[in-house]
Amino acid sequence: MRILYIWLCILTTVTAAAAGDVLVALAMRRIGDLGDLRRRHGFLTVVIRVLSSGVLFSGVFFMAIAFFSNLIGLSWADLSLIGPASAALTFVTNALGAKFFLHENVDRRRWFATIFVCCGVLLLTWS
Amino acid sequence: MTLRKYLVIVSIVFFGSFGDAFLARGMKYVGSIDVHHLGNLFGALANPFVIVGIFFLLGFMWSYMTALSFADLSYVLPATALGYVVMILLSIFWLHEHVSAQRWIGVAFIVTGVGVVAGGPSRTEHLHPGIEEHGGEAQERI
Repeated sequence: MRILYIWLCILTTVTAAAAGDVLVALAMRRIGDLGDLRRRHGFLTVVIRVLSSGVLFSGVFFMAIAFFSNLIGLSWADLSLIGPASAALTFVTNALGAKFFLHENVDRRRWFATIFVCCGVLLLTWS
Repeated sequence: MTLRKYLVIVSIVFFGSFGDAFLARGMKYVGSIDVHHLGNLFGALANPFVIVGIFFLLGFMWSYMTALSFADLSYVLPATALGYVVMILLSIFWLHEHVSAQRWIGVAFIVTGVGVVAGGPSRTEHLHPGIEEHGGEAQERI
């Protein structure tokens, strides 16, 4: 039963993290380059633009769910299981989210990079 | 990509890896959290390691948001995977742990992945603002 809880926790972390990343990326794309904004309109404008974005806050909400789910997972299982499983799955779900929700050009180069990083993370933490 | 933008990517790696390390250490002190008493999770927020970890992760969040304001999500995530390599280097030089050949191969995979993505364009240029809500063709910034 415990292993079921652990994997439920990992799946919750991965789903919430991917939703959070996609929403935050969408919000930041709409807000624009923070460096350019700061140079043109000042730091206060940057803070106001960021704090007035509803999409950003919904992204942060999902990230908070992922954070607490990860904390619970860390208290049930070793980092050596939670870390690689959630990290590797999050890389893939984020790439899918970026392609289908954000319509980014996830070309062959980015897929290769994602797969290489996934394999690297698995080798690093499951040894 | 300018030097400032590369520095933002580096700060994501720094804050993310140290934040995770502090959180993991803090949760070891807190111990197991019972599924029927999830309220105890808030007690973990009083642990100093967890608090420091949260501050590092706030720094991570600001850097991450800055990076996403000038680069794609599918570029930023693989590029910031160097955090795992930083953790391995910390475990060698700070904790004096033994690192197996398998882990070195893992490091090589990650570095290759980061090298592959870093050589490409960082941003997909959409033809019209807000096109992501409606779908459509996108082109890369050369």
